[in-house]
Amino acid sequence: MPIQLEIVTAERVVYSDQVDQVNVPTKDGRVGILPRHAPLLTILDIGEMTIIKSGERTPYALFGGFMEVLPNRVTILADTCERADEIDEARAERARINAEERLRQRQSDQDLALAEAELRRAMIRLRVAQIQKMRRQ
Amino acid sequence: MASSREIKRRIRSVKNVAQITRAMEMVSASKMRRAQRNVLATRPYADRLMDVISELSLRINSGARRNTLLEPRAVINNVALVVITPDRGLCGSLVANVLRRSGRFILDQQKQNRGVETYAIGKRGRDFMARTQQHLVGEITKLGDAPKLEDTLGIASNVVSGFRGQQYDEVYMVYSEFVNTLVQRPALRRLIPIEPPTDATSTRRFDYTYEPDQQDVLYELLPRYIEVQIYQAILEGIASEHSARMVAMRNATNNAKDLVRDLTLTYNKTRQASITNEVNEIASGAAALEG
Repeated sequence: MPIQLEIVTAERVVYSDQVDQVNVPTKDGRVGILPRHAPLLTILDIGEMTIIKSGERTPYALFGGFMEVLPNRVTILADTCERADEIDEARAERARINAEERLRQRQSDQDLALAEAELRRAMIRLRVAQIQKMRRQ
Repeated sequence: MASSREIKRRIRSVKNVAQITRAMEMVSASKMRRAQRNVLATRPYADRLMDVISELSLRINSGARRNTLLEPRAVINNVALVVITPDRGLCGSLVANVLRRSGRFILDQQKQNRGVETYAIGKRGRDFMARTQQHLVGEITKLGDAPKLEDTLGIASNVVSGFRGQQYDEVYMVYSEFVNTLVQRPALRRLIPIEPPTDATSTRRFDYTYEPDQQDVLYELLPRYIEVQIYQAILEGIASEHSARMVAMRNATNNAKDLVRDLTLTYNKTRQASITNEVNEIASGAAALEG
């Protein structure tokens, strides 16, 4: 019995289909949701999310949000979510270099925190894009 | 009566105006369609979020509800108002309607001795607040035709922290609701406290597990709803703006066409009158010579 998975952001519907499993990063660690999971409402972290459908794993970059799990229905209210092939790798790479540069300069605490968050986002984008590439080969 | 040359010049300039307004109408029509699509694209997120919130609000106990964005305050001393307008005019009575609604709201609140702080999204609203010397504490302008959510978060986070910090006891927004291409209605909505729909049509009854816990989930979840409501209102405002402008420009084009028709008639009449005159003069000249 598959799960009806729906991923929406404020700007669009990212995904809506039947899947077998979805692995997401939550604030308390990664969780995998299988059919007939107990009802759950949880805060999502930023990280990579994997959708598994008929044996095929598709990686997504997820940047925070919420997940509501009902027995056969999972809704992810994402702040931002990108499929691997939507990621602009060159841009993520530039963002990574830029963020590392800012971290090295050690400015105010706030700036440091911003740079760190930026770096994390860039790393996740790159990682998701990498995974996808490796699988293709 | 004006000379035929003057009338001819006038016709040419009116035709030029008609061409421009026609072009503007078409530009607005295509922008409006895109804006409408953007509005529809935010619906699933907002609807899902509202589902979760109404589900949650039914089952949380009053302890967890306290001090959240769901809890109404007993005494209301200060309110915040978010006014959403376009940056530009030339869109009929749209801006005036939104501003009139805002002005009435502010006066109403002041009559009840409540302080009002305003936030403006769009230049027109900002200029209005400055002109009428309202307490303007935040503004966002030049959002363009397809703003991203992150461009609009500043005001949402300000009003949320203002409410949490007891600076505001209620938060409202005024925007232009997009009903259809011909009708846009100024709308006043209360943003905070959030009022989950009370209709018990929701037949889903599930006891969630909360991670990390209910309090944390609520604390993170509720502001998202404010954010997306403001975002949606901005997008509806944009759709309204373009459809109002489209209609205004269509009217202008039609008026120009009528004007051209009238002027052409006058031109022909003047031309004919002057020909008649000339013929008369020649005839009477000839008659004078013969006589």
